[in-house]
Amino acid sequence: MIDTKTAQHPVLRLSNITKRFGKVVANEAISLDLARGEVVALLGENGAGKTTLMNILFGQYAADEGFVEVFGSTLPPGSPRAALDAGVGMVHQHFTLAENLSVWENIVLGTLPLFGRSLAARTAKDKIRALSESFKLAVEPNATVSTLTVGERQRVEILKALYRDAKILILDEPTAVLTPQEADGLFATLREAVGRGLSVVFISHKLHEVMAIADRVVVLRHGKLVAERATTDTSRDELARLMVGGTTKAPEFEARRAGPALLSLDGVSTLATKSETPLDQISLNLHAGQITGLAGVSGNGQATLSDLISGLIAPSAGLMTIAEGEISAWSPRVALGKGIARIPEDRHKTGTIADFDLTENAMLETYSSQFANRGWINWRAARKHADHLIETYDIRCPGADTRIRLLSGGNMQKLVLGRVLENNPRIILANQPVRGLDIGAVNYVHARLGEARTAGAAILLISEDLDEIMKLSDVVHVMSEGRLSPAFARGSIDAVGLGAWMAGDGFEERAHHAS
Amino acid sequence: MDIVEILFSASFWAAAIRIASPLIFATMGELICERAGVLNLGIEGIMVAGAFAGWIAVWAGLPLWGGVAIAMIAGMGFGALHGVLSVLFGLSQHVVGVGITLLATSLTFYTYRVALPEVSTPPKIEAFKVLEIPLLSDIPIIGQALFAQTPLTYLAFGLTGVLAWTLYRTPLGLAVRAVGESPASVAVQGLSVAAIRMGAVIFGSGLMAVGGAFLTMSAFDSFFFDMVNGRGWICIALVVFGAWRPGKALLGAILFAAFDAFQIRLQQTGIGVHVPYQIFLMMPYILSILALVLMSRRAEVPAALMVPFNKGER
Repeated sequence: MIDTKTAQHPVLRLSNITKRFGKVVANEAISLDLARGEVVALLGENGAGKTTLMNILFGQYAADEGFVEVFGSTLPPGSPRAALDAGVGMVHQHFTLAENLSVWENIVLGTLPLFGRSLAARTAKDKIRALSESFKLAVEPNATVSTLTVGERQRVEILKALYRDAKILILDEPTAVLTPQEADGLFATLREAVGRGLSVVFISHKLHEVMAIADRVVVLRHGKLVAERATTDTSRDELARLMVGGTTKAPEFEARRAGPALLSLDGVSTLATKSETPLDQISLNLHAGQITGLAGVSGNGQATLSDLISGLIAPSAGLMTIAEGEISAWSPRVALGKGIARIPEDRHKTGTIADFDLTENAMLETYSSQFANRGWINWRAARKHADHLIETYDIRCPGADTRIRLLSGGNMQKLVLGRVLENNPRIILANQPVRGLDIGAVNYVHARLGEARTAGAAILLISEDLDEIMKLSDVVHVMSEGRLSPAFARGSIDAVGLGAWMAGDGFEERAHHAS
Repeated sequence: MDIVEILFSASFWAAAIRIASPLIFATMGELICERAGVLNLGIEGIMVAGAFAGWIAVWAGLPLWGGVAIAMIAGMGFGALHGVLSVLFGLSQHVVGVGITLLATSLTFYTYRVALPEVSTPPKIEAFKVLEIPLLSDIPIIGQALFAQTPLTYLAFGLTGVLAWTLYRTPLGLAVRAVGESPASVAVQGLSVAAIRMGAVIFGSGLMAVGGAFLTMSAFDSFFFDMVNGRGWICIALVVFGAWRPGKALLGAILFAAFDAFQIRLQQTGIGVHVPYQIFLMMPYILSILALVLMSRRAEVPAALMVPFNKGER
């Protein structure tokens, strides 16, 4: 049924799209149709070419070959304006909002003739209010974007498209930053819009979402369209196989008994800063031989906690103990000395130095202790160490003298992992350790963390991916606005329960009971 | 005693407004550039070029307003060069700006020597005259300060109002503010980041040149080397002081000019006998730094200031 609908009235047609970045082929001869009122999911791993394809459709990149047709007419390549005028709206994964402007200003931007006399603010706000009511996208037009939550910002992005009367809406990984409840709200909005004739392209790598929202799934792998299935004719297992191109085995994590607490926070708070949410009297124990998962929507204090444990900031109140020794002077160097291993959130910015080679990056934490002799660096030992990591951690690279920026994300992360695990750390801080990696690399990193756990390390796993948290963690905490939930043992809470804490609900109840 | 007398004299405030006028033009020019995300360090040189271009045009026979237009065009030319290098090519705005200042300054002196090879004292022109506005100029103190100025001063104040209105009330102003905050958000709404930034830099540079022309065509009636004397740099500070808002920047310019007018008068009082005059010359700058420290703490810098935008980059 879907197929005939597509054949009769394609609102959108991509024909033989090919796009190269240098030698890398990001999209290879991809063709795709979209019918009125249809939801097509574009499924694929990171780097499969999904975002590139949609950026071509939206005119941000010009395709090297092929063309885009909307309602039967060809779009000029490389012009977002033409795409917008043709009725295409796009919600980018990284929001494109001006933070210091208000919601309505962001929405009307570009919709009026540039040299027009007035912004017609009142009319614009009325239209926005009407749209947000009818599509259940609650947001205040006068609010400044910088004061909005991530979920609200996404609603503004969708309103931007609806305000222009978009007929085709592209959503790039829209649930990556949402709580499960917010994601449900988004799906409700999308169903409402589709019911009114909107067509949607939904980019994701999460199988359950794709099965829940899409009529049809298109799978991309290494820049090629490898399969197309109606959701009714496929299964999560089949899609997973198509996406990865085979099967990979995910490591198993069974429950373990906890060892002694190696790192304890007791009522720890930190000072307020401009950019990060401060910690609000949190108490946390990291036990030997256990993975402690920390769930939460990003920006709720996880970065602060990570900075605290890394030694970048010190507590302003409360007690911090490491292996039963109270910590007074606290710095990154002290943290390293205490055996804390850090896998930073952003391997490009803080995990590695892009223009240093593998040898140098491998010794960033130990250059002065392990590889120095009376102030001179022992390059021979350093090089040997790097070769050892390349061998042991299966880092695919031309050699130890390769600049790290030339490595893929997965190989870069393997180096970071090897750098910290080689020293048999007692405490491991793993902040988003698999973000942006493909499934093979994800399984590798998880397996190594599992081995470190077996070896008796206390691991703090910070992640926005609830599936990852629930699979790996022996105990789970949730962070919301700098507060920490109580610990939940493996299997004692599900995604919905965690979602409620992520939205801050549990904290209110707890405060209520306390008073 | 002396100080109170200075502060309540009409001539002091009239001087403050006069000194502020070129600063207002150039500050508004810089403000437009920075609001669009481009730091224009070419300001000092563009003011020199504007001062010269306007004056030489009038000396060659053009009417005064024709001179202002020539100055504006000269400034826009340098602005276009700045824009090509910093916006289209995405080069470092610091380097481009300093380069433009050096280029505009030396090109001006070169042209001066070519145009007037044998001259030891630069010729004078018939500069803008004070235009007293009837009735309003009769108000005590304020009247003489605000309503007995040259037409260019009135233009400076009028411009500030128009600019503020454009920035906050029109689609163009919204686009300029947005492009300085988040160029990506402008691009995905179908507008050209490069065109908006180029336009802002060119127009802003034109205003800087008019600020320079004020010196040769209104404050004085001739062109001297070192005439601009760091005013461009002061304007960059004034933009920060004004938190990138036209109204506040205008007040900042007047405040700075008042310090300057004040120190000139203070030199002639009893205090001036005991204190070296260099101390007085430093006063406006020291007070500016203090004001800057106090005012700019919570200023909201345009988030994309000095960040080049390359379309289609990954």
